[in-house]
Amino acid sequence: MSFLSRHRIILPVVSLAVLLALTFWMQPRAMSYFGLNLLFNLAVPIALATVAQMMIIMVNDIDLSTGAFVSLVACITATFLNDAPLTGVLILAALVLSYAAMGAVIHALDLPAIVVTLGMSFVWGGLALFVLPSPGGSSPGWLRTLMTVKPPYIPMAVAASIIIAVVTHLLIVRSGIGTVLRGVGGNAQSVARAGWQVTWLKALAYGLAGLFGVFAGMALVGLTTSADANIALRYTLLSIAGVILGGGEFTGGKVSPVGAVIGALTLTLAASFLSFMRLPPDWQIGAQGAILILVLTARLLFARKGPAA
Amino acid sequence: MTISRKMLGAAAIAMTATAGYAASHLGDTSDKRIALSNNYAGNSWRQAMLQTFEDVAGAAAEAGVVAAADAFTTSENQATEQAAQIQNMILQGYDAIVLNAASPTALNGAVREACDAGITVVSFDGVVTEPCAWRIAVDFRQMGREQVEYLASRLPDGGNLLEIRGLAGVFVDDEIHAGIAAGVEDNPQFEIVGSVHGDWAQDVAQKAVAGILPSLPEIAGVVTQGGDGYGAAQAFRAAGRDMPIIVLGNRQDEMAWWAEQRDANGYETLSLSIAPGVASLAFWVAQQVLAGEEVPKDLTVPFLTVTQDNLDEVLASTPEGSVANVSYSLEDAQAVIAEAK
Repeated sequence: MSFLSRHRIILPVVSLAVLLALTFWMQPRAMSYFGLNLLFNLAVPIALATVAQMMIIMVNDIDLSTGAFVSLVACITATFLNDAPLTGVLILAALVLSYAAMGAVIHALDLPAIVVTLGMSFVWGGLALFVLPSPGGSSPGWLRTLMTVKPPYIPMAVAASIIIAVVTHLLIVRSGIGTVLRGVGGNAQSVARAGWQVTWLKALAYGLAGLFGVFAGMALVGLTTSADANIALRYTLLSIAGVILGGGEFTGGKVSPVGAVIGALTLTLAASFLSFMRLPPDWQIGAQGAILILVLTARLLFARKGPAA
Repeated sequence: MTISRKMLGAAAIAMTATAGYAASHLGDTSDKRIALSNNYAGNSWRQAMLQTFEDVAGAAAEAGVVAAADAFTTSENQATEQAAQIQNMILQGYDAIVLNAASPTALNGAVREACDAGITVVSFDGVVTEPCAWRIAVDFRQMGREQVEYLASRLPDGGNLLEIRGLAGVFVDDEIHAGIAAGVEDNPQFEIVGSVHGDWAQDVAQKAVAGILPSLPEIAGVVTQGGDGYGAAQAFRAAGRDMPIIVLGNRQDEMAWWAEQRDANGYETLSLSIAPGVASLAFWVAQQVLAGEEVPKDLTVPFLTVTQDNLDEVLASTPEGSVANVSYSLEDAQAVIAEAK
């Protein structure tokens, strides 16, 4: 195996570095504590949502409800969690549990995750409109403080990304249960033969996804100070793209938490970069797609070269 | 040689005089840069808005009133995208941001950051609630109420109404709806028997109305939010039902249909909406704030009403596929500011 295919994290890191260098070149003002925070602070909730999506992709499923779920959490955070913290925490815990239950049901009844999560996205969306029919609410003070904290030397956005990457790396790559969870994606049957209840494992993976989805919604409200029912709909596709950009694969439990966080940062940066380039908005979505395809092509090329070398 | 020099000199003096006139009784803003942050460009209203901004602000930049006036539109109509766009504008060092917001509240964090960086933020149409920003708002509630009042004047006996709403979860939709609901409460001879979401688009409205029509009794009037009237009319015609009074929203296709119906069978209605040119008003307000003018934080702009009397005139001045528009000048902005003081 070649060096690159063994260390799949290298390509995402290089993509981010190249994009960052280009951004600094075009907009030198970004090269500061203040600038880095502005560039990346909205990437923090996206990174959390990407990690949530990664938990699902890890067990060979895909979650089309991430965006709607994060929006719902944002609405609850801006209303219940702010007005009646205990009720808010209970509702959020119930949401995590319902995510776990969704995972268990998908496995137990052998349902296609893509259909179930698509259906659930309408449930989350409806609930969000029910909780917050018109935009509003406000962020709990402590959450706002947390998301606007100014630590010495490293901007909050960078520090938070590093913490998210390290914690999920320890959880998914280093820990025993993380290895088993990735095993479910790799070969569920052999995990079952080894005496594990796959239904429970899937519930755990979905539960973790729900937990990170909750974190994403809370982080988002901390930044925006309030919510609306459509606030994070874009996160579904962004999170899937982030996982893949970060070196993950749709099957086989091959995911990289550090890569996922880097993928989310790269996507956020790509949007800012295109805006600094003064590219007309009609072209921006296409250009964002082109960047994505470029990185994936590079990955495929390296992967092909790997066995040949 | 001397003559041409003299002429050049005279021209230079004249130019300075014009520049001086443009900047009369306010500070110099010729080194200030203003950006437009827009969240959506996918309908005729927004296209007209961008065009007006380009015309008015572009001319101002060319004349040297401001250094630059650039328009940015997010690639997706999402608050998170627009928050990132505003943060990018802070990085790019703009002095003022003119903002049509995707959400009245979800951008508050980014707007606060802009204010903290010393940037003037003027929101219009889709306004933001962050106190540090200026707001140029339309009384959307009044716009809803006026529709019902107009119908009450036309149909003293009342009747059944169909309501076509905008995009669910968006502030403007809630406001117009609240105005319509209040109007119906004051005029109990009316009853809203059906409500669909037309998303401010002809095709969506046509589909939605066609879907609900078979289940509805006789409809006397249709209250709308703009951009949906023509679609509703098409749905009524396709279903072979009597054409109710459809309150329109100033779109060219709606007004053309109205004129056609008026000529054919004397159809009468009312059309009202906010003029997309409000972007140019917001631009001048931002310029005035930068110039050091004391400007109240909350300004109101009247909506543009088209009646049977001025239909032909407005229709003639509205390009095909666009929306009735007025563009505001510096003097208009000063008048609006003076009125709010």
